[in-house]
Amino acid sequence: MLTVIITLAVIASIFGLILAYSAVRFKVEGDPVVDKIDALLPQTQCGQCTYPGCRPYAEALAKGEADINQCPPGGEATIIALADLLGVEAKPLNAENGVAKKTRTIVRIDEQVCIGCTLCIQACPVDAILGTAKQMHTVIESECTGCDLCIPPCPVDCIHVFEVEPTVREWVAELPEAEHVAPHAL
Amino acid sequence: MTEFALILLSTILVNNFVLVKFLGLCPFMGVSRKLETAMGMALATTFVLTLSSVSSYLVNEYILAPLNLEYMRTIMFILVIAVVVQFTEMVVHKTSPLLYNVLGIFLPLITTNCAVLGVALLNVQEQHGFLQSLFYGFGAAVGFSLVLILFSALRERINVADVPEAFQGTSIALITAGIMSLAFMGFAGLIKV
Repeated sequence: MLTVIITLAVIASIFGLILAYSAVRFKVEGDPVVDKIDALLPQTQCGQCTYPGCRPYAEALAKGEADINQCPPGGEATIIALADLLGVEAKPLNAENGVAKKTRTIVRIDEQVCIGCTLCIQACPVDAILGTAKQMHTVIESECTGCDLCIPPCPVDCIHVFEVEPTVREWVAELPEAEHVAPHAL
Repeated sequence: MTEFALILLSTILVNNFVLVKFLGLCPFMGVSRKLETAMGMALATTFVLTLSSVSSYLVNEYILAPLNLEYMRTIMFILVIAVVVQFTEMVVHKTSPLLYNVLGIFLPLITTNCAVLGVALLNVQEQHGFLQSLFYGFGAAVGFSLVLILFSALRERINVADVPEAFQGTSIALITAGIMSLAFMGFAGLIKV
């Protein structure tokens, strides 16, 4: 009887030690809170929050180094979602970081004026600009996040902002006035 | 070499753990709704089953047998399986976060898969050596994976088929499993051991 108890206890503690060692050895770097915050951010990687991308901003938020109102592309919706997740009061967007856009925008390059300097390619955080030295550049519209980071570096001011019509996926119907709603729908 | 080939053939087809020995039916019915999750489950179970088969052989041979504690097998094997599953979860989480996310809850649930304990106990019952245990565990796992993936593919087809109302859902799945089991019984005359 005693042998059984001792054997089982010894083996269980050996296994426990093995698991404890591997828990340290195979420790996963990473904070689940950072992932949750990162999922709420718009992933434009625009850097307007003063951090080099959405993920670093999420990490700074998790550490408490950044404030929740530094993301212009996300606008009010992101601030409310972040306030909800982190349990703090929502506040208006910090004007130092930029202004929120009403509609989605993209940029287009005026290809007649472009001199092929590649400066905008280096500025683009999502590699949405195609071109090479002394060749005409163009913007891949489906990749452009509308962060406008390519506009300041352009020496000939050939990059212009355009508003995009919402696509079928993005379009949201406006709610009807209460009196127009048919009775059976209520 | 022939012996190991026979063990593999026997565990995968002739004495398939799910359809002939009826072990591990819980994940067989539970995780077979989608082909993708079935594949993840098959992969994780293969790893755990092979590793736990070998390690429970080692525990039985070098700890329990010298101390005459063979009657403690069941609880020891459960302990070994739980440790192997936990260890696998840590390694997968570290090395491949993608696979870890795909497997999700199914990874820790392997602990309660009775095929894992069944293989460990059958190894002792049939007095397998180290390599035999290894191949027996691996063969059982491949057999489990084979029928799990086949069955989930069947169920995806059945989902869109015109099944009579009384047989819809789990009942048609159980009937399908029964017919598959009948089909696997056909392998019984394949080899004589």
